[in-house]
Amino acid sequence: MSFTAPSPESTGVLRHGLKAGQAAPDFSLPSTKAGHRVQLRDGSGRPTLLVFYPLDFTPVCSSELGLFNELLPQLSGLGARLFGISVDAVPTHLAFAADHRLRLPLLSDFEPKGEVARRYHVYRDGPGEGFAERALFVIDGGGTIFWSTVSPIELGPGAADALDALERLTGRAADFGAPLQRREARP
Amino acid sequence: MNQLTRPVGTYDWVLGPDDAPVTLVEYGDFECVHCGRAYWQLKRLLESFGDELRFVFRHFPLTQAHPKAQLAAEAAEAAGAQRRFWELHARLFEHQDDLSPHAVLELGTQVGVEPRRFALDILEHHHLAKVRRDFVSGVRSGVNGTPSLYLNGVRYDGTVTFDELSVAVQSAPKASPSH
Repeated sequence: MSFTAPSPESTGVLRHGLKAGQAAPDFSLPSTKAGHRVQLRDGSGRPTLLVFYPLDFTPVCSSELGLFNELLPQLSGLGARLFGISVDAVPTHLAFAADHRLRLPLLSDFEPKGEVARRYHVYRDGPGEGFAERALFVIDGGGTIFWSTVSPIELGPGAADALDALERLTGRAADFGAPLQRREARP
Repeated sequence: MNQLTRPVGTYDWVLGPDDAPVTLVEYGDFECVHCGRAYWQLKRLLESFGDELRFVFRHFPLTQAHPKAQLAAEAAEAAGAQRRFWELHARLFEHQDDLSPHAVLELGTQVGVEPRRFALDILEHHHLAKVRRDFVSGVRSGVNGTPSLYLNGVRYDGTVTFDELSVAVQSAPKASPSH
């Protein structure tokens, strides 16, 4: 699935995303974790990596979400929470997560549509749009944005910079030496 | 980040001369459909450019999305320990429809590995560390999906087709010695 470039006539909401040093707007959103809404400011003091993405069911194995999903052990090891967030409703998120074996919780910015994306300045509301940019936010335990990036829709930013930001924030190195999470029987 | 952070070295699987003007590094996953398609484009690209192009394959298995990718990667390394890396690399991409352990063992036999050593290498994960090092170098280099291609150390963000890659190879910035 491909997306067209933003319309040159689009005006209004900035889509460059909030920047490091700014407060991360708090939110409480439904998630794929059964029965749980997720609150950004949950009092845990843990850093958070928020992965905004346009829509469920766009190519995944070759994408940003698949990559962060793969890095869940490293991110948890750094004490970070990881969330994907799009405008899709929870039932769609559940089907998407099951289809693509995604373990990271997916948050539903569905009602009001895109409200959280708007507050993070990453909502695309041009003609034929109505979804979030590809944007990453590393938020410290106190609720301040430590690092952020917005990428063109057709180009995932990769995980290197987000991982590096989390390592700088926590003062720890990601641990890639942990045993792989085995999911199938040994041959 | 879109730069190769780990230079091409003796630890890599390399096709083509070290002094080729352009080096193409692929981070790939044997179970990924996009990598399967890329395989045919890259095969044609290598045939077309001959000694002008050096190709390197590094593993980037997305083990959660692709439960068979890790075993396939370790199998390719196990074949490599018996000097059959590229032969198995080809078979794996040409037979993505069945990457079960049984099928992978059969593919290994087809390319001429000694089967007991091959199976033992895989079962005992003798090559897991190498696959992991490739993966980590990819993460740090800004891999943003599979396949991720780097031309003379810079991530290629175009479409993975023979035509577009040919243009990119022809206009790649000059290689520095570490690439």
